Amino acid sequence: MLEVISKETGNKEMVINMGPQHPSTHGVLRLELVLDGEIITKVRPNIGYLHRCFEKYAEQMDDYAKVIPYTDRMDYVSAINQEHGYVIALERMLELEVPERVEYIRVIMAEMQRIASHLLGIGAFGLDLGAFSPFLYLFTEREKILDIFERVTGARLLYNYFAVAGLMRDVHPEFKTDTAEFVKTFRPKIKELNDLLSYNKIFIKRTANIGVLPEKVALNYAASGPVLRGSGVEWDLRKNDPYSIYDKFDFEIPVGTGEVGTLGDCWDRYMVRVKEMEQSLRIIEQALDGMPDEGDVMEAIPKRIRPKEGEIYVRTETPRGELGYYIISDKSASPFRVKARAPSFVHLSMLPAISKGSLIADMVAIVGSIDIVLGEVDR
Amino acid sequence: MTEYVSHIHPVAAILVHAAIPLTIILVYALVAIWGERKIAGFIQDRLGPMRVGGWHGWAQSIADLLKLIQKEDIIPTDASRFLFKFAPFMMFAASYAAFAVIPFSSAYVGSMVNIGVFYLLAVTSLLTLSIIMAGWASNNKWSLLGGMRSAAQMVSYEVPTIASVLTVVLVAGSLNLMTVTEMQSGNDILGFLPNWFIFQNPFLIVAFIIFFISILAESHRVPFDLPESESELVAGYQTEYSGMRWAMFMLAEYADMLLLSLLGATLFFGGWNSPFGDFMAGPLWGFFWFMLKGLSLVIVMMWIRWTLPRYRVDQLMHICWSILIPLSFVNLVLTALWEVIF
Amino acid sequence: MLNAVKQSWLTFRSIFTGMGVTIRHFFGPTVTLQYPDEKMELPKGARARLYVNIDDCIGCNLCARACPVNCIDIETVASTQDVDLGKTSTGNPKRFWLTRFDIDMAKCMYCDLCVHPCPTNCIYMVSEYEYSEYDRSNLVYHFSNLEPEMVAEVKDKAEKEAEQKKREREEMMRKKAEEKAQKELEAKKKAEEESNDKEKGEE
Repeated sequence: MLEVISKETGNKEMVINMGPQHPSTHGVLRLELVLDGEIITKVRPNIGYLHRCFEKYAEQMDDYAKVIPYTDRMDYVSAINQEHGYVIALERMLELEVPERVEYIRVIMAEMQRIASHLLGIGAFGLDLGAFSPFLYLFTEREKILDIFERVTGARLLYNYFAVAGLMRDVHPEFKTDTAEFVKTFRPKIKELNDLLSYNKIFIKRTANIGVLPEKVALNYAASGPVLRGSGVEWDLRKNDPYSIYDKFDFEIPVGTGEVGTLGDCWDRYMVRVKEMEQSLRIIEQALDGMPDEGDVMEAIPKRIRPKEGEIYVRTETPRGELGYYIISDKSASPFRVKARAPSFVHLSMLPAISKGSLIADMVAIVGSIDIVLGEVDR
Repeated sequence: MTEYVSHIHPVAAILVHAAIPLTIILVYALVAIWGERKIAGFIQDRLGPMRVGGWHGWAQSIADLLKLIQKEDIIPTDASRFLFKFAPFMMFAASYAAFAVIPFSSAYVGSMVNIGVFYLLAVTSLLTLSIIMAGWASNNKWSLLGGMRSAAQMVSYEVPTIASVLTVVLVAGSLNLMTVTEMQSGNDILGFLPNWFIFQNPFLIVAFIIFFISILAESHRVPFDLPESESELVAGYQTEYSGMRWAMFMLAEYADMLLLSLLGATLFFGGWNSPFGDFMAGPLWGFFWFMLKGLSLVIVMMWIRWTLPRYRVDQLMHICWSILIPLSFVNLVLTALWEVIF
Repeated sequence: MLNAVKQSWLTFRSIFTGMGVTIRHFFGPTVTLQYPDEKMELPKGARARLYVNIDDCIGCNLCARACPVNCIDIETVASTQDVDLGKTSTGNPKRFWLTRFDIDMAKCMYCDLCVHPCPTNCIYMVSEYEYSEYDRSNLVYHFSNLEPEMVAEVKDKAEKEAEQKKREREEMMRKKAEEKAQKELEAKKKAEEESNDKEKGEE
């Protein structure tokens, strides 16, 4: 064994492969770690195990609408948010008016999806640190959201629900009461989560002062979403560059405070997600109040989508950060080019910068706290 | 009973003495593995195993055992074959051998040695060796890391364990576990509390807390399950093991849990003594009370496991060396003073 | 020292708080569904499997064109004049024999895009979800209800009719060409005659 180690690096360092089949790399990420004892001296993330040619597929589809189910499959735990950016991009290209009822339903669905995605992210983060039960408690809540989604869209994970300037189908009559009921039952669960995990001393020990991402580094790496907010930057596209009808709602942008350790550590990133769920609940409540009861959600859907020659970049706030779609149209039936700017990919690229000198156990915490989805990294 | 057997033939006596703890361990392991899964299930709003055997899947561990026996015996090509095969059996032997001095009831103890506690702690330290052996022999980097972690952890935590056990020994004045148990008979404290050591002396409560934390680490339970932490080291030293050899590790782990819990019950909770004085006392009741006390500790360990995240390796060491060890020695001195004064 | 005591106390307190939460869940209700014994009722409109009501299909191929993964495979044969295929329940006349309507559920991504363009609403998602197979080829669902002999007959008939039509058309073309040629000939003759007349007149 010793010979093997010395052959690989010429000294006492050991190269170890974390993934692609590792319980806590959230899918098929492979990290090449160079270890000195248990201390990491070098990290090389290897990606591409889930590459499905999304961008190339989008070019050969002979219809813009056919790309929407593929956007679902990028970040498969927040499919609604992925669709949202794409349909907004097309609406802006076609200069279409979106009915108000559609916008309200979209916002409710997007915020519910944000909660579902954060529930999974937080739960998996706890699981990485050895806390098994919170993961399943949060999954129970996530199931409730998925039940609502299933009644509305017919699917539980990959919805293909948003259409250009409309929705694929109308919501059922009890949608409002169902959602309001969920909002009511979900609030106490956040407190329970805080009791069980967030303020648990062991959890704090494992996450505070670990993987510190200073504000400057975060901005240099173009981080966004909860990762950037965890470093104390108040930046949320729903407020700073409002799309859809987000400017109508009253909500706050939670930012990291360094409450238990340094500003921008794993705990801050985690806590930003927890607080964001509360803000999403606020948005959902307001949207439920403002949602018009009447209106055809499908009347504005164009029969044929043929944007004018040109290009557009639209960015939206997904649970993981800024998701941008850059679409070039050449007047044909299919897009000339679709480029997705995936937040997970950007966040993964800063892993070597923030994990140097930490332990293997910290590595697990850091990967969990930036909450990557490999479907989005590889696309 | 044992005297009667040894009258017939000395070898028969040895076999009987070997068979009784083994039966207890095996039955306990089957129940405990099933029980842990049920407890985990109910804590997590699930049901746990429900299929095998009818009522709440009671035969699940038996089915698992049958499956594990049938599995192919895989040994990695570059593994050190002898050590790889030997490690699981050594691990089980270590915890099994320690059961010899545990007084299961007023009528039965495997071996009435005067250095019972000393023997028990000495034999269980073999566990460390077998884990390092398994980690090294697997020729897998994750296993090696797990083995190294475990060596550091168990060697460190033996110190506070021994120091807190020593506190009890100091009060009892004996290393013989049977004598220690007998000293805790009767209900004299405040007129109704049993004479268990945990009630006798405030410093012994502190000693018990230290002891409990240390045995969590000794038997690799959350929050100290670093040698096999599944989300960091895949499965630690067990990564390359499968089938029956892995089952041996599992058995040894659960046996170790029971052993340390029973030791705790003997030292702090009066062993086989009934909590109601003479009521419900006797050899068979003694066995019942003893197992009840031991299993309660096991259940608390399980409850903790399904609640907490795990510590990091350096934090684990920090807790041991800079908190538990000084505290346990201070506690030892204070207990001695208490004994001198009162 | 005091700080260490406080920290330990906080640690213990947070541990006990957590244990309190778990013990409440221990005695709380469970959410497990014992799957094969009890099944979750899927809501109306759940997207679990594609189904085609073949009687209503007019063979327009719109669903196959809308599919992003090309999992729908349709082959149609035009019906002959002597057969009336009737109308769908929505009143659209049927003009094609559906000799093949295959959906490969192993490929399908349940996106619902094929459902919306259908003019007769004959392709839709149903909530049946238990259709695992040991062989992937069993996941190709054949919706066409024509027997193989029928398919052959229909194809044969259609071919014959097409041939006949072709022949008729050729005949017609030939006739037209002949007529045209004749007309031209006549026109030529006429012209010649006219010119002859002219010539005569001049003379």
